[in-house]
Amino acid sequence: MTVRDAINSALDEELARDPAVYILGEEVGEYQGAYKITRGLLQKYGADRVRDTPITERERQQRRQVQQQGRRQQWQQQRQQWHRRQRRQQWQRRQHQLEPHGFTGIAVGSAFAGLRPVCEFMTWNFAMQAIDQIINSAAKTLFMSAGKINCPIVFRGPNGAAAGVAAQHSQCFAAWYTHCPGLKVISPYDAEDARGLMKAAIRDDDPIIFLENEILYGQAFPVSPQVLDKDFVLPIGKAKVMRQGTHVTITAHSKMVGFSLAAAEKLAAEGIEAEVINLRSLRPLDRPAIAASVKKTHHLVNVEEGWPTCGIGSEICAVAMEDSFDQLDAPVGRVTGADVPTAYATELEKASFPSVDDIVKVVKQTLGKA
Amino acid sequence: QRAALRVCAVATTAKKDAAAAPAKGLITPEAAKEVYYDMVLGREFEEMCAQMYYRGKMFGFVHLYSGQEAVSSGVIKLLRPDDHVCSTYRDHVHALSKGVPAREIMAELFGKSTGCCRGQGGSMHIFSAKHGVLGGYAFIGEGIPIGVGAAFKSAYRRNVLGDESSDSVTVSFFGDGTCNVGQFYESLNMAALYKLPHIFVVENNKWAIGMSHGRATNPTLGDEDPYIYKKGPAFGMPGVHVDGMDVLKVREVAQEAIARARRGDGPTLIEAETYRFRGHSLADPDELRSKEEKAKYAARDPIPQLKDYMLANGLATEADIKEIHDKVMAEVEDSVKFADESPKPDKGQLLENVFADPRGFGIAPDGRYRYELPGFTTGTAQVS
Repeated sequence: MTVRDAINSALDEELARDPAVYILGEEVGEYQGAYKITRGLLQKYGADRVRDTPITERERQQRRQVQQQGRRQQWQQQRQQWHRRQRRQQWQRRQHQLEPHGFTGIAVGSAFAGLRPVCEFMTWNFAMQAIDQIINSAAKTLFMSAGKINCPIVFRGPNGAAAGVAAQHSQCFAAWYTHCPGLKVISPYDAEDARGLMKAAIRDDDPIIFLENEILYGQAFPVSPQVLDKDFVLPIGKAKVMRQGTHVTITAHSKMVGFSLAAAEKLAAEGIEAEVINLRSLRPLDRPAIAASVKKTHHLVNVEEGWPTCGIGSEICAVAMEDSFDQLDAPVGRVTGADVPTAYATELEKASFPSVDDIVKVVKQTLGKA
Repeated sequence: QRAALRVCAVATTAKKDAAAAPAKGLITPEAAKEVYYDMVLGREFEEMCAQMYYRGKMFGFVHLYSGQEAVSSGVIKLLRPDDHVCSTYRDHVHALSKGVPAREIMAELFGKSTGCCRGQGGSMHIFSAKHGVLGGYAFIGEGIPIGVGAAFKSAYRRNVLGDESSDSVTVSFFGDGTCNVGQFYESLNMAALYKLPHIFVVENNKWAIGMSHGRATNPTLGDEDPYIYKKGPAFGMPGVHVDGMDVLKVREVAQEAIARARRGDGPTLIEAETYRFRGHSLADPDELRSKEEKAKYAARDPIPQLKDYMLANGLATEADIKEIHDKVMAEVEDSVKFADESPKPDKGQLLENVFADPRGFGIAPDGRYRYELPGFTTGTAQVS
């Protein structure tokens, strides 16, 4: 099962399970998502539950058909032809006017009022325009309202480095959102993660930041029959040990889990057994899982695509120091993206992000074998 | 003779600057040739970009300007070197019009160290301090307040620092889709409130990726269609609608707006109706725009229009036109050759431009740093 199908099927099943769940975002309907995550959902659930903003011509016609089928009789009795056309045009226009901070605010408001929106950002870069509504509105309102108004919403989209699109379109937002109280931050790696955590996120009563990865969408992973169950829900806040090892613990999330597993294979050829932990959830962070592993290996390296300063690796270092100070035989190692905006030129871009060899190198340094 | 057209009435009619503005519709042969050269250069440069993109010489998102040249050339060719221009992700031609050499832009698109941003910016982020090009922004609406800020600087120099000669202006270009974004309205208000020398140019090419303008925007009150220029008077500035496929009309309107800004009479909102001949970016299949619509605008191609006008009015001969085309082709070919032969950036370049001061903090009275921290600008990461 590909990660794309995992997310798509999770969305599909949750839309079917709960009528309060709806999807909105740019090109999620007729275009079926810029990355085809919402494929087939408009056809199945209609334009009222899979809302396009902006919108395409064919989808508009389709929506008109849906509206005509559903409301024709009622409208014919109640309104003149002219009124009907006006109303339909206004309704359609309202959908198109939505812009990132606009539609994010609409999603948040509808969640306050009792719906369970899944808000797609074409990429997380575009969410920068809407970050006020995510942090000031979605994350803080439960606290400000003394627990009276919660915000059951999932913000999702691809995060992290992409190819050749330069500084404003290629960056990791994990640390940004993980920093903020009130948000739960999930970053899945494989199909099992994506499916189980997406279903958990939609059923959760708090705002969820769901950080996907464009490069992983098309990647297929084997899944057990259990994963395909319509009530397969993974616990938010639990990490998963992807590979057992005794010499060093490597923690990572999203695409870097795959890189870490590849690095572990290379290290194994040299007699170094690395334990690879897929963090899955960045807030809450599974501190017991990290501590248990470090107790076994006494060495820890974190791998991430994001910037080093105040990054996920910084938090892992702090956690290791607080929970496992006596267990560590060496300082915690960090593999991160370079501390610069992403450059356009291919060579510079490549040098900006961790490679499997970087991970091998830092692990060996940590073990004193460099 | 073609009369420049003020298509619609405005709230405050901009006064004619009798000294600066030539008589209506008149353009000197030199100016006509300059504008024509710029438009042909813009077109040929973009067509070459498409070729190079498909050959894998450039990558990522590349948005072409073909069809809209009359707006860039019509406005920017009237600016001085010290004036500023703020663009969007569709920025190559704005930079060309403002005088950034084609070589430097092409090399940037190839990701080479000789590019105007040394390969760090790329297609969507063209900057040139020397030519007053303030970028290249990937997110819509982002560049408008930046442009207003540059205009603020001109007014600040004149009004606060007492520099009477400070009369530079800034032009921000953006599309119809952006006019539904909050920054647009915030900027209209501030530019009018502070009476800044700023010109808002909406390149209304009718489509925001796959969404047509008429469906994205509610009609202005009492109209069948939405008119962006009518939003100017609501904020206290003239709003002008112009045929953006006719460079002479654009030029006429821009002349008035620029003169008004230079006099210190504040901003103007110009809505230029135009059309892009290609998809949103080279990755866009462009299936939603009808053949009829494309044909309608192709017939109004601004380049042959100006050529015919020049020939009919004795501003240029066929030989002149051919010479311009040959010169443009040579320049574009040269830019590709230059970009191709240029070296790739060094890895060491990666950490160089994160902070302005490379060595430390605070200069003491003796001219030395109060605190030296040479590694500061290179961040904490090693680059392998």
